[in-house]
Order: sequence, then structure tokens, then C-alpha cells
Amino acid sequence: MSVAVSLHDLTLAYRRHPAVHHLHGEFASGSLTAVVGPNGAGKSTLLNALAGLVEPSAGQINLAPMRNPRVAYLPQQAQIDRSFPITVLDVVMLGHWAAIGSWRGVKRQQQVAAVHALGAVGLAGFEQRVIAELSAGQFQRVLFARVLLQDAPLILLDEPFAAIDARTTVDLLQVVHRWHAESRTVIAVLHDIEQVREHFPQTLLLAREAIAWGPTASVLTPENLMKSRHMAEAWDDAAEICRREAA
Amino acid sequence: MTELYDWFIAPFAEFSFMRRALVACLALGLSSAPVGVLLVLRRMSLVGDAMAHALLPGAALGFIAAGFSLYAMGLGGFIAAMLVATLAGWVTRKTGQREDASFAAFYLIALAGGVMLISLRGNSVDLMHVLFGTILAVDDDALILMTAVSSVTLVALALMYRPLVVECFDPGFLRSVGGRGGLVHLLFQTLVVLNLVSGFQALGTLMAVGLMMLPAASARFWAVRVSSLFAVAALIAVASGMAGLLISYHAHLPSGPAIVLVAGAAYIASLLLGRRDSALQFLLRKQSHRIA
Repeated sequence: MSVAVSLHDLTLAYRRHPAVHHLHGEFASGSLTAVVGPNGAGKSTLLNALAGLVEPSAGQINLAPMRNPRVAYLPQQAQIDRSFPITVLDVVMLGHWAAIGSWRGVKRQQQVAAVHALGAVGLAGFEQRVIAELSAGQFQRVLFARVLLQDAPLILLDEPFAAIDARTTVDLLQVVHRWHAESRTVIAVLHDIEQVREHFPQTLLLAREAIAWGPTASVLTPENLMKSRHMAEAWDDAAEICRREAA
Repeated sequence: MTELYDWFIAPFAEFSFMRRALVACLALGLSSAPVGVLLVLRRMSLVGDAMAHALLPGAALGFIAAGFSLYAMGLGGFIAAMLVATLAGWVTRKTGQREDASFAAFYLIALAGGVMLISLRGNSVDLMHVLFGTILAVDDDALILMTAVSSVTLVALALMYRPLVVECFDPGFLRSVGGRGGLVHLLFQTLVVLNLVSGFQALGTLMAVGLMMLPAASARFWAVRVSSLFAVAALIAVASGMAGLLISYHAHLPSGPAIVLVAGAAYIASLLLGRRDSALQFLLRKQSHRIA
């Protein structure tokens, strides 16, 4: 199977302390991968880097040549101002950004596509609602609809089901499976191990370094999970400069 | 009928300084109120105030170099405020200190420096002029500058409306689709400073922010969408300018504070009587709720 994203000796650092340390590996094209690990393991940082929002401190991220737009990125909800006065339809239509950019108008069929995307996430009829009126679950459905419209071959989801109720999670997992069936590469940061076992064929267990990466059943073993929990969370200001050679 | 004419039309018909002041208010209100709405939406309401104070040392240097020269003081003020905003933003990005703290630090330095400069080289009348402006002394040059700033602002807002709104509420998305969030932020900052420089000609550094923020803060009690917030805020700003001018003319009051006080009265009225979340709505709805 071809490779969608390859990481070569990737280190991502905040203030010279590694959040992701010498990560090496590949996301196969069309794979559905969960990224799990303790808090502070570098999961969100990795996703940010894959989305092009963080520059690697060392090493490389190589994206396979893909059509544009290459990446659709769903950040954690906390980064979005949900009190902003904007309608549901306007948020979803931002998914057309690659086609409309800053200046072009939204065409009739693009608006129809946005309404369809809202229907696909169970929010038909919510077009003119202001996002401040939505519950956390409804708002997450809106963001999924936007990702649907972005129509990207690589989809990055950062804790998409955090603080979301069971029914919404089930509905949105179906959307994730639909993307998988369409051979898109999906990478999701998750915390629910059972959910990962049930829905995600591939797993990267991250604790700054990769504890294990591969088929979910072989990654989420008790030994590996134990190992990831023992990752030192505190960083050490007196730590020596890392001199590890590139693998 | 003649009474209405005497009250509302005659001052403008008879005196050219009142006509100039009126046009200045229209230009200022139309552009700075929408800018204020965006500041409110970005939770940067006090940053406008900080930048207005940051104008002072630049305007003072312009004054010392060239006396009461519109261009020297305007340019100096523009450069000083842009410098403070850029330094504060740079400190926030590099050190992680929150923007409100870094802005406060730099504008206080700038403000004290400005007052020091003026008191070394000018007198207290000069200081009052810079701090409070004189809309009734707006000349043709100042009017051209203000209307130019107003036009540039409205065209720029129209051109960058979409990235500006997205950068406000979901900056991560804008960056992930390759939108130039940093550039949008810089352009917006430039618009804020331009409008403050323009307002400073008429209302002075301390009052210039009044026509920017008070109508913007009032608008949220009447409208929801960003576009309607713009319209309501601009309307309140222009009306406050007109009413303030007339009141200052008839009651022999200083015009700058009169205009800002009218805008303040509009804010209080909106707070009490507005269509959304106002005291009136709260009283009306206290007893009832919908079934779903």
C-alpha cells in the first residue's frame, strides 16, 4: 500500500523541550489510525505539525503528492470562539475555502453541498442558527460537516469525541467510517481505548516517542499501555542536549 | 417648524466650521464603528484604548518638530501606535505573556513619554489640545485625511471581510487552509491605528476611542450578525456625532466630550432598552419561558 505521510526522525519541541521525540514511521494511504497516549504525550502537537501549523525542530514530515486541498484539520473545540455571531451555514461553507478563498462568492451548488453536509451529520434545518445557540455535540457535528466539504485526502481530528455524548459519538464515528470507505487517510487523537479497539484498525501509541505503532490489537497490549503511563510527564530544565543520531 | 430648523439645520447652514465638523463625524463614525465591532468580537476592546494612548509620544514628537502640523502629528502618532502594537504582539508571541499585559506595559511607557515630551516643550494648552482635540477646528486638510482614512477602511474591510471574520473565531482553521492569518492581523491593526489617528484630529487621543468602542459595545444589544452589528454601530456613531455637535453648539459645551457622552448615553439606552439581553428584555421575560 502506498504511503500518505511519512515521518523521518521527527522532533517537535516547545522551548527546546521535546513534545515529540525522534518519531519515525508511516501512515499508509487510506489508513484509519488512532493516536493514543497519556496527556502531554505530544499527540496534539503531532497533529498540528501534520497540519503544517508547527515547524519540526528536527527531522521531516513528508506528505505524498496529493490533490489540493491536501489536509482537513479539526482542532480541539477549545480553540474556537463559540460565542462568535456566525451562522451554522456560514461555518460549514468555510469548508469550500480551497475553492472560494478570501474573495470569491459561494455558488449555488456549493451552498446546496453545504446544506447536504449538514443533513449528513444530522443537523438538517439548523442552517440559520447562530453557533452560540448550539450544544457542544451539535457544534462538533457542524465542524464535521465543514470537514466533509473540505473533501481532503488527509483528515486530522484532534480529540473529536471529547465531551460529546454517546449518540453524537456514534453518529460521527459513522462519518469517520465513511471517510475510511472513501479511502481517505484519517488520523484521530483519541482517549477512549475501547472505542479505538472497536473502530480504528491502526494505532500509534505515543508518549513523546512511539511506544508502538501498527495494527491496533498488537499495539494496545497491557505491557505497552503500562509503558506509556510511565512516561515522565515533567520536563527537566537541566536535561542535557539530545545528541541522538538520526536513525 | 422654524424651531426645528433653528435647532437642527441652522447651525450647519450658517457656520462652515459646523459643516466641516459634521462631515468629520460622518467619516469617523462610518469607519471606526465597524473597526470597533471587530475589536469587541476579538475581545480586544481595551486594546483600542491602549493604542490610542500609544499615539501620544509620536504626535508629541511631530508637534515638537513641526508645531501644529496635521501631517507631522498624524504620521508621528501612526508610527508610535504601530510600534507599540507590534512590540506588544512580538513580546506575546515570543514570551507567551498575555497580550493585555504586554499592551498595557508598552502603552504606559508611551503615554508617560508623550506627556513628558509635551510638558518639556509645550504648555498646558498644547497638552489639552493633543489630549482632547478640537473638532470645531478641523480644516480642509484634516477633513481630506479623515475622509481618506474612512474610505480606505471601508474598502479594506470589504476586501478582507472573510479572512478577518475567520481569523476572529477560528484562527486555527484559517492557518490550516493556508490563509495568511498574520497578514490579516497586521492589516487590521493598521486599520485600528489609522482610525485612531483620524479620530485624534477631531476628538484628541483620549476621546478618539469613544466613537470607536461605545457604538460597537451598544450594537450587540440590537443585532446578532456581524454585518448588522457593523450597520447598527455605524448608525449610532454617526447619530452620536451629529447630536453631540448640536448639543455642544446650543449649550456652549466642548464638542469632543459632548459627542462621546452622547455615544455613552446611547450605550446606556441600549443596555436598558435593547432588543437582546437588555434590562427591559430581562424584565419582560422573567416570568415566562417557552415549552421547547
